[in-house]
Amino acid sequence: MRLLKLSALLVAAGVALWSAGSQAAEGAAEPKQISWPHDGFFGTFDRAALQRGFKVYQEVCHACHAAKYVTFRALSDLGFNEDEVKALAAAYTVTDGPDENGEMFERPARPSDTMPSPFPNPQAARAANGGAYPPDLSLMSKARHDGDNYLFSLLTGYDDPPAGEEELAPGQYYNHYFPGHRIGMPPPLMPDQITYDDGTSATVEQMASDVTQFLAWAAEPKMEERKQTGIKVMLFLIVLTVLLYLYKRKVWADVH
Amino acid sequence: MAAGSGKVVFKSSLLRWIDDRLPIVSALYNDAVVYQTPRNLNYWWNFGSLAGVMLTLQIITGIVLVMQYTPHADMAFDSVERIMRDVNYGWLLRYAHANGASMFFIVTYIHMFRGLYYGSYKAPRELLWMLGVVILLLMMATAFMGYVLPWGQMSFWGAQVITSLFSAFPLVGDPIVTWLWGGFAVDNPTLNRFFSLHYLLPFVLVGVVFLHLIALHTHGSNNPVGIDVSKKDKIPFHPYYTVKDLLGLSVFFLFFSYFLFFYPNSLGHPDNYIPADPLVTPAHIVPEWYFLPFYAILRSTVYESLFTPLAIFGYLGITEKLMGVIAMFGSILVLLVLPWLDTSRVRSATFRPIYKWVFWLLVIDVIVLHWAGGEVPTPTVVLVGQIATLYYFVHFLVIMPLLGKFERPRPLPDSIGKPVLSHGAAAQPAE
Repeated sequence: MRLLKLSALLVAAGVALWSAGSQAAEGAAEPKQISWPHDGFFGTFDRAALQRGFKVYQEVCHACHAAKYVTFRALSDLGFNEDEVKALAAAYTVTDGPDENGEMFERPARPSDTMPSPFPNPQAARAANGGAYPPDLSLMSKARHDGDNYLFSLLTGYDDPPAGEEELAPGQYYNHYFPGHRIGMPPPLMPDQITYDDGTSATVEQMASDVTQFLAWAAEPKMEERKQTGIKVMLFLIVLTVLLYLYKRKVWADVH
Repeated sequence: MAAGSGKVVFKSSLLRWIDDRLPIVSALYNDAVVYQTPRNLNYWWNFGSLAGVMLTLQIITGIVLVMQYTPHADMAFDSVERIMRDVNYGWLLRYAHANGASMFFIVTYIHMFRGLYYGSYKAPRELLWMLGVVILLLMMATAFMGYVLPWGQMSFWGAQVITSLFSAFPLVGDPIVTWLWGGFAVDNPTLNRFFSLHYLLPFVLVGVVFLHLIALHTHGSNNPVGIDVSKKDKIPFHPYYTVKDLLGLSVFFLFFSYFLFFYPNSLGHPDNYIPADPLVTPAHIVPEWYFLPFYAILRSTVYESLFTPLAIFGYLGITEKLMGVIAMFGSILVLLVLPWLDTSRVRSATFRPIYKWVFWLLVIDVIVLHWAGGEVPTPTVVLVGQIATLYYFVHFLVIMPLLGKFERPRPLPDSIGKPVLSHGAAAQPAE
């Protein structure tokens, strides 16, 4: 039973450590707490939501935000088949080369390419966005505290500045969830801005939820493999622990 | 070590042949099989072997990660992402290594607190304990440099903050910092040397661990009763402690797996998923959780609030920053002299009615320091941090020397098997 006490202590220590990591960003509301299908021990990505979210990313976010770690071939995780992935890639143009004449040339993207960036360099990105740099989104859901909830809250958190608040400068927008409340990104989502292939009604909440799930996948494409491995490992360890406990009792029987 | 005592005769002629020329077989046999161990060790004695397992795992995962990692300021972050996305089981290797560092610190801290509670640092085990402190220092240096390698925002700014500490030393400070950086800012040369040292130090660590084990096996393990154990109360390491250590390892791996497979980023900081940018300072620079108590000590030596009187040192040229660096290093170095600061001859806290409580106060104090190190330093946090820092040093420098003189320990049993007649139940051995 001493072992039980000890393992309880280890778990308690873990929980303490885990909660110690939580810190609210100054000058921003706590994100809305959403229950995501990919949360928890057994959580998996919702393929339909990922495909819808990818469409939101393609048609809305990708106007300014790159996702440079996402390859087209990885999109097969979303449930697209090989031909669909090829077609998705071919819709983009990438610069390749130099060819045998030393010239750079443009060609349709292949599945092995990463998503092309909307701007050739950070300076161009800033110049087109009033000086604000639209960050790469590949890792965004892991790069913010409580990332999924934060992204969803941010996308749905635009509002008029409360009375008494200082005037917003041109190119600034009020958002409840952004640190300091003044964000350079205009409200990106408008109702029915895109037409979902599966007929889902494109409300702001729906699009925000879908693209958040897509970004969660983009940041952690191996999440499902990781959790499934984890469950097998845990089951193995539980059985091993029980067997070792029984064996230990047998070995120690003559000492006690 | 009992190596080469020559008493063992192996059945296999090959083993006899080898052992006659290179006595590693008998050394292994003497130190891992028949090695005499007190029979009353409780589960707190598992954490030494767990630390050894973690060191081994860190070295193995680290060596494989290096095969895919690129130590260059422009490519390090991308290469880590490639490991996460395109390398077979790369996510497992990287998360095992990153969370493994946290696990290594958890088991090492528990191992140290166990030593503190049962007085394992007292004669004749002073050098054993001191080697342990050296191990801790090496671990901290290794972990710090490893955290820099992904070249994220917290990597970069953590390196910036910690290396800049050395500038607090008068005259030599700035040249030391330039020398550490390999330039005039944290940049590619810094990353390269940290990578080199991060690969080197674990092997130095292995060397010191061997010294730690030689020292351990010279007088054997301490035990929960804390008295010297007679031969009849000892049992061979194998099978008794091999199976007990394996059981502990299995339970510990369950704990490790919970983080590794389900919450692999919960012990890290989100900012480290943003590539390093020398032009953008994160709002709140914090080290990894295992450094937070020391970070709290570093930050609490501002000459205000509780520590206002220390301002007198300011006139002597000891800046707040220098004082912080001295206090932070002092908080670890004080452990080196603990065997002489503790004047009590009784080892186990079981027989020290006051120390038993003082020990738990220290545990609470370290938890408070941990909290203070992670918070934004508001005046309240600074004051709490200062009280906890003061208590930390009072514990080691005042309470430990005095307690041994004034405390009246309970009578010790003659052997771990036999309880003291007048205090029957209380002195029951743990196993």
